[in-house]
Amino acid sequence: MLIKTRSDGFIHPASSEITSQRVYEGRRDMLKLMATGVAGAAMASWALRDARAQTQRPGKLAALAGAKSGVAGAVVMDKLTDYKDASGYNNFYEFGTDKSDPARNAHTLKTTPWTVEVEGLVKKPAKYALEDLLKLSTQEERIYRLRCVEGWSMVIPWVGYSLSELIKKVEPLGSAKYVEFVTLADPKTMPHVGSRVLDWPYVEGLRMDEAMHPLALLGFGMYGEVLPNQNGAPVRLVVPWKYGFKSAKSLVKVRFTDKEPRTAWNKAAPNEYGFYSNVNPDVDHPRWSQASERRIGEDGLFAKKRKTLMFNGYEAQVGQMYAGMDLRKFY
Amino acid sequence: MSPAKALLHPAAKPLLFVAALVPFAWLMYGAATDNLGANPAEYLIRATGDWTLRFLCLTLAVTPLRVITGTPTLARFRRMLGLFVYFYVVLHLLSYSWFDMGLEFNDIARDIAKRPFILAGFSGFVLLTPLAATSFNRAIKALGAQRWQALHKLVYGIAGLALLHFFWMRAGKNDFAEVVVYASILGGLLGWRLLRHLKKKGWLPLPVGRGQLSRQ
Repeated sequence: MLIKTRSDGFIHPASSEITSQRVYEGRRDMLKLMATGVAGAAMASWALRDARAQTQRPGKLAALAGAKSGVAGAVVMDKLTDYKDASGYNNFYEFGTDKSDPARNAHTLKTTPWTVEVEGLVKKPAKYALEDLLKLSTQEERIYRLRCVEGWSMVIPWVGYSLSELIKKVEPLGSAKYVEFVTLADPKTMPHVGSRVLDWPYVEGLRMDEAMHPLALLGFGMYGEVLPNQNGAPVRLVVPWKYGFKSAKSLVKVRFTDKEPRTAWNKAAPNEYGFYSNVNPDVDHPRWSQASERRIGEDGLFAKKRKTLMFNGYEAQVGQMYAGMDLRKFY
Repeated sequence: MSPAKALLHPAAKPLLFVAALVPFAWLMYGAATDNLGANPAEYLIRATGDWTLRFLCLTLAVTPLRVITGTPTLARFRRMLGLFVYFYVVLHLLSYSWFDMGLEFNDIARDIAKRPFILAGFSGFVLLTPLAATSFNRAIKALGAQRWQALHKLVYGIAGLALLHFFWMRAGKNDFAEVVVYASILGGLLGWRLLRHLKKKGWLPLPVGRGQLSRQ
């Protein structure tokens, strides 16, 4: 905004422009360094600051920094959800159905060694060791809204890269129309695999154009660190314009097919969970209204819930893919 | 003091009253100190629903316990427990209306009509209201014991609606573990009544010892 008036109120800077607390607090050290002649080296790291994640690390797990992303819609301006809530309030049914179960039970998950198998209708099927997958493309920070089908939402700074980077590497055949994501189902480390709630393993899927969309993320970390087990370590999908359950966790297989994958929740209750499951305030879930949502940690008990946005606010970026589709029918 | 005497102690009722308020106080304290997890609204809605079911089980357990253990004094506590079912269901409805629906009455009305599980729960609440309203002695007198009893048989239907409400809510996630627990408790309590009824009517043989006694 060029002309500022009183009614503008506080003009928010882009979060990338805010000097991080660590840099601010270290300003005197910087001066000392200058004085002692190591400024050259110090300046180099200072110049890097822009390319580093601005998110304060919770300091719980190994660091995984993400560079600034150039993808449109990659960074929303909403206030970040507390790490405590994002890592303590999870749906990860392999570890229990209560939302506090995953944080309590997921410590048993073994994330090393880890391989992800890419198979199906591709020219170059491959087995990727996690180490190689991590290096396959530049890790970026993506601050996405997460809207759960249950009517709550969070804002999470993920670290990862566009799923399309992996897809390009394996060169799908022309006949590949869908991508299926199979997640780990290990009854030894996941206490609730074997419960009759879902048909294990948990399977999710995307249409090819959806999977190729730059916002569809292959996530390895959040809040500048590797993913906590309960959030789907070591590698997961993050599809910000769809309900949270579409973002499958702890991936072990990516399969390219010509048929629409039978996804876990769709198999369990086809009239409640469609294949697309795009966030849509106009199409209600039979058990919940989808018109509004509660932002975890932000909207107080008596605050009115906020309106849910079409495609979770990513309509400008993804709306086109669904042009001409009846979204009531393809919910 | 023998257990039967303890039940007759003047402090017994006030003690039960305070005990029944403990969950409420706990929830209020949790809400005030922000100790209800990441989603306090959901926590309160679910907890008040859970406590409604628990007090419903307790209330319906009074008569079987009284008969099986031969402790008639237990009947003194039934009304209070029943009223606490209503207390917690009112809190449950209020939590849903306020935290989930922002007290928008049009939205609430639409939600009740649209969602079967909300309709089942709301019907249970509506049916429980005349029971709570006729719980004092003058109402019993005014209605006459027989009509009062007939009216209060509604509680069996209410228990069914409460279970259906819980079942449908959990069906969305295929998660029936807790539903099964409440269904078995309520099923046991209602089944016991059914058996007793059938025996009284002579459709089922009475247990040998007591049958002989009653025939003499």
